[in-house]
Amino acid sequence: MIAARFLQGGLDRRIAVTLALILSVAIFVPVANLLFAPSHPLHVPNYAVALLGKYLNYALLALALDLVWGFCGILSLGHGAFFALGGYAMGMYLMRQIGSRGVYGHPELPDFMVFLNWKELPWYWHGFDQFWFAALMVVAVPGLLAFAFGWFAFRSRVTGVYLSIITQAMTYALMLAFFRNDMGFGGNNGLTDFKDILGVSVQADETRAALFAASAVTLALGVLITAAITGSHFGKLMIAVRDAEARTRFLGYRPERVKLFAFTVSAMMAGVAGALYVPQVGIINPGEFAPANSIELVVWTAVGGRGTIIGPIVGALVVNAGKSWFTGALPELWLFALGGLFVAVTLFMPKGIVGMISRHWPKRSRATDAKVRADAVREQNA
Amino acid sequence: MTTVSTDVTNSLLYLDGVSVSFDGFKAINNLSFVLNHGEMRAIIGPNGAGKTTMMDIVTGKTRPDAGDVIFDGSNDLTKHDEADIAMMGIGRKFQKPTVFESHTVEDNIALALSGPRGVLPMLFHNSSRTGEGRIREVLDVTRLAHLRGQMASSLSHGQKQWLEIGMLLAQNPMLLLVDEPVAGMTDAETEETARLLRDIAEGHSVVVIEHDMGFVRELDVRVTCLHEGSVLSDGTLEHVSSDPRVVEVYLGR
Repeated sequence: MIAARFLQGGLDRRIAVTLALILSVAIFVPVANLLFAPSHPLHVPNYAVALLGKYLNYALLALALDLVWGFCGILSLGHGAFFALGGYAMGMYLMRQIGSRGVYGHPELPDFMVFLNWKELPWYWHGFDQFWFAALMVVAVPGLLAFAFGWFAFRSRVTGVYLSIITQAMTYALMLAFFRNDMGFGGNNGLTDFKDILGVSVQADETRAALFAASAVTLALGVLITAAITGSHFGKLMIAVRDAEARTRFLGYRPERVKLFAFTVSAMMAGVAGALYVPQVGIINPGEFAPANSIELVVWTAVGGRGTIIGPIVGALVVNAGKSWFTGALPELWLFALGGLFVAVTLFMPKGIVGMISRHWPKRSRATDAKVRADAVREQNA
Repeated sequence: MTTVSTDVTNSLLYLDGVSVSFDGFKAINNLSFVLNHGEMRAIIGPNGAGKTTMMDIVTGKTRPDAGDVIFDGSNDLTKHDEADIAMMGIGRKFQKPTVFESHTVEDNIALALSGPRGVLPMLFHNSSRTGEGRIREVLDVTRLAHLRGQMASSLSHGQKQWLEIGMLLAQNPMLLLVDEPVAGMTDAETEETARLLRDIAEGHSVVVIEHDMGFVRELDVRVTCLHEGSVLSDGTLEHVSSDPRVVEVYLGR
């Protein structure tokens, strides 16, 4: 509905180009992977499909963070938790699909439960054999956690570095909890050995291609939703809250509600990203909750350019491509490179790659549009 | 007692016996203050006299430990938060100019306009044309019409002060609380601001906190001097500035 209203107003040209690019990737990569022979120059090998699909999930995660950090000023250092929770919800579905094909051959219980001598499925594992239920949980669990967390944090007016620290504590606490075997999520090993998704093999080339396409389409949807929110009157209020929260309050707004909405929507987007990530990498374990992951995610967004829609996508792709190359070529230097990159971006490109490009290569932006409109109004009056 | 109750019902803002302390320090001490409908009042006082704390109490930022704070005869302000009080019709300008730097002047005003404040209405609200007349009006009053499409971050200090006052006007409040509007302004800007506030006072009640005596003289309104959290002296500027107690607190420090 909101997207429809937004589309009526016309898409920003840059957003339209971004969407077209993402959607063409969604078509091209799977097609080039499945239809062209490995010797063909346009063939995309299997490992590249998996790798790029993962990057697209990261891009959606970075976009979700940007919605709260770049547009609303909430620096969450725990967004990896929402990604991991979405991933676990999907992982639980995939575990249930294994059925009796597990090592222990139990018709209902996943291997790790049999190993722990559990006799029956814990209550919170019920329903996850249904895809629709798991899909619902992929957005509901991160969304509810974000809502509850944000409700208390924003209402108590916890802001700035204190908020960042408690988001970090949140993901750390979840990591410790998920490491415990008796939590019922596979402990240290997490959930893995997936077999089927929606009745087809997770390993099949066609499934992998479809998961890639789904990742790209979901990213495009994420872009559309983010653009619709930030382009609305509410989006202007989000930026106002970011710039001068007290001012909005004395104008009669309730910034805690603005933040709560943004935080919850963002957590849901992160959950979806995690859910698409898990079947592509084949495992979800508590390591995904590690605080370092959430911090790396902040680096992607900063490098690409926060407060823009394209920036976090570019940042996630560039930094992760760099990481893949570095960890292959010079593995021991990667962390130094990442740290150096963050320092360099903060010092020399505070608006990230996208910010720097738009400064040197100005296009019609919203602000200039407003100026043009205002000039026209003034001329009319004169 | 009867005089007090008529004061409450006839006044726009009524403070009686208000006290608040922070860590044992009495920032406001048994303060009583009455502002009539349509009145403009200047509040002066040395640093730490409780001027800004008084505004914090009126706007719901600080809860008083004791006392009554009544707005428009019947609204007990101590029971409401900032957003509620803003919607009742009290606008507040901060000491340091606080505008939305990454929005245009126009959008700053548009966000302040009285309109929907909830999340969902704002997501679906089509703001573009509804407030056009009001925006132009406010920009004209605050002399910012030529800067309409500029980013607020590019404005001068004085222009930001005016923009913030413009945002208050767009809110269409009954009462404007203006904290040090001319701090850091040039003489010409100060004069312009005095004119602007006198224009605004035609249609609104205004409380101005200011240190600049020249500016207070130009406002030409009743003056209240605060000291150590309560009213020290009250009346015309001549009366207050010749009050020996006022002279003492200003010079004795």
